[in-house]
Amino acid sequence: MQPDTLDADPVRTMTIEAFADTIVPGEKRSPDDRAIAGAAPGGGAVAAGAIALLEAPGGGLAPALDALAVALNDHAKEYAKERGLVLDDDVPPFVALSFAERTALVQLLTAPEHPEKQMWVALALFSNMAFDSAAHLSTVDAFAAGHPGLLAIGYFRPDDDGVWRFPQYSYGRQLANLHPNTTPTGSPA
Amino acid sequence: MTATESTDVVVIGSGFGGAIAAYHLAAGGARVVVLERGPWLTAEEFDHDFLLGSSYTRIFDFVIGDGMSVLGGNCVGGGSVVFFATMPRAPRFVFERRGSIGRRLWPAAISRDTLDPWYDRVAEALPVRPTPWERVPYAGGLFAAACAHAGHTANPAPSAIDLDECTNCNWMIAGCRFDAKRSLLLNYLPAAIAHGAEIRPKHEVQSLSRNDDGGYRVHYRLVDDLDYRVLHDSGAIDAKIVVLAAGAGATPVILRRSEPQLGPMPYAVGRYFSGNGERLNTAVFDEDRVREVLGLTRDGGQAYAAYQIGRGPTVTNWDWLDGSLPEYERFSLEQLYFPPGLGTILAQVPDATGPTWFGVQKKEMLLRWQSWLTIFTMSEDDNEGVFGPPPETGNAHRLSQQMLGNGPLRYRPTANTLRGWSLSDAAVKDILERDGLARVMPWTNDLVGAYTVHPLASCRIGDDPATSALDDGHELRGHPGIFVTDGSAVPCALTVNPAMTIAALAERAMPGIVRALQERGVPVRYGAPSPDGETAARRGVARAG
Repeated sequence: MQPDTLDADPVRTMTIEAFADTIVPGEKRSPDDRAIAGAAPGGGAVAAGAIALLEAPGGGLAPALDALAVALNDHAKEYAKERGLVLDDDVPPFVALSFAERTALVQLLTAPEHPEKQMWVALALFSNMAFDSAAHLSTVDAFAAGHPGLLAIGYFRPDDDGVWRFPQYSYGRQLANLHPNTTPTGSPA
Repeated sequence: MTATESTDVVVIGSGFGGAIAAYHLAAGGARVVVLERGPWLTAEEFDHDFLLGSSYTRIFDFVIGDGMSVLGGNCVGGGSVVFFATMPRAPRFVFERRGSIGRRLWPAAISRDTLDPWYDRVAEALPVRPTPWERVPYAGGLFAAACAHAGHTANPAPSAIDLDECTNCNWMIAGCRFDAKRSLLLNYLPAAIAHGAEIRPKHEVQSLSRNDDGGYRVHYRLVDDLDYRVLHDSGAIDAKIVVLAAGAGATPVILRRSEPQLGPMPYAVGRYFSGNGERLNTAVFDEDRVREVLGLTRDGGQAYAAYQIGRGPTVTNWDWLDGSLPEYERFSLEQLYFPPGLGTILAQVPDATGPTWFGVQKKEMLLRWQSWLTIFTMSEDDNEGVFGPPPETGNAHRLSQQMLGNGPLRYRPTANTLRGWSLSDAAVKDILERDGLARVMPWTNDLVGAYTVHPLASCRIGDDPATSALDDGHELRGHPGIFVTDGSAVPCALTVNPAMTIAALAERAMPGIVRALQERGVPVRYGAPSPDGETAARRGVARAG
């Protein structure tokens, strides 16, 4: 689902991908994939299109992605330094962290008392939205393309006209006693 | 110099409070202009689509505050277009609440008995009807069966949905493309237009000022069609009377911004906000246990696995709506659907060993999404929300081109509110985890604070000028001719879905607003029938009056 972007800044893309993969983890695209940690089977937020959604002009985060990537890597360096971790120079600092370390850092950044919480929560929100609702794609198109998130959560497919209808929807019988103080309008007394 | 346009009444907002006013005042003979911030969509424009820019994001606002996020409508028809159309009346004890002010919160003139004839008017107008069991979707049936298994009652809730037209698609938060949901687009608003009311979408009111003749000038900006962060030309309309119904998240902001022109606002403007005591729990069901313990099977032989099917909340538990319980310990529990996107990120993993809302275990929970059931608590909070200084325009600093923004509301739940949430969490857990049916966790409040889809009370009615912004006729204290008829006028949390009460209060306020217009020389009268011409409820109101 991830379009082939010739991004001028691969550091930014890898860093944001690694963040999105921490929110909804997925399997590596290739054995040498570094951004995706491979912590869970199936596609995760990255395969679901998190970068495309974050870069969508309507979302509001696109102008901030450069700064977010820089800040995230600064936090990763600080996190590593405090814990005596030596980071691999081949990839951005956040990407160099293990999945467990990325997870721990994201927990710190999104904790209620963290001064930058709001922007990291926003990044997490969009990462999650890419996976469970494919908000960068028309939902019908997302199904046609086999969107990994919609398929993973088991979202039912639409009718052929792209509209959802469920003719079968009810167990069809009374399943509990009504509250004794229900009025004839169906409201509580 | 161009003369400023003038009319008898400007109505700000077109949700329940605005649409009901527009209809009655136009039908009574007044010239009415409705200014609505959001777009005007009709059934065929309500998309089944999560794509940014579809109706899902165009007509719906999610404003993140400090400790409280508010979800609400942003379109012609307001909340009625995006809501789930569940419309119970508030229980009797709610009208006797004292909250933390040591006296009855509601005006002496209002009780369940005095409001019932006005509830009847709304029920007739939309209409609102009881839901039969055989039309309850699987998710509601599952909740009912779990309640019964735990020794509790459960009720299909009255609703404003035409069940013969409904496809149970569960897209109603993006507007109903089948016109099955009886939103205001199908009753009060077309009736208002038929009587000459003008509705102007994409007009965001910023402030009011006072004219020398005692009327008001309403100042607005035009909102861009696509990118709501962009505002275009400004304009103004003069009116003898202003009906403010921009919603509890916006009405006090407009009034606060107007303070330099209008003079001091009552203390309660922008204070005493209530989130209706709302709280969510998400359960993940064990399909085998649903079959074995509750004996449920559906078409295709599955037990449940049907979270997506239905029409929002349909079944509710009222066992804790007991007036003999102490205040803050009463709540209703309602089975609810929340769509992906906004509806999953805050759900927490039961028994998590790592992070509760993201990561490997959260993904595993998402894979069982069709076996989820969300339970919605509506309890008695402590009216602890306070609005900070207004943003430059509107009621939020918009982050995305649509839907998402940051607003000035601050909310720190008191021990009373937290106690109600804790009791309701325990009740949900007791019902749904019994005999291994499900595992349950409340949504996290750590990310965007608490949240509400039913903002209330930020400009409330009351008898005490120190703790209410409006008198019992909904007129703003100290500012004659400004009336507030939206959810901000409701004094406190209602323990049930508030749309029916907001609408009934708006209906009740109309004769007084008509009198205010008459006093200003407008030839208007009160007494329009229901929007479709029915008159039974009008007779009921006349008898009560």
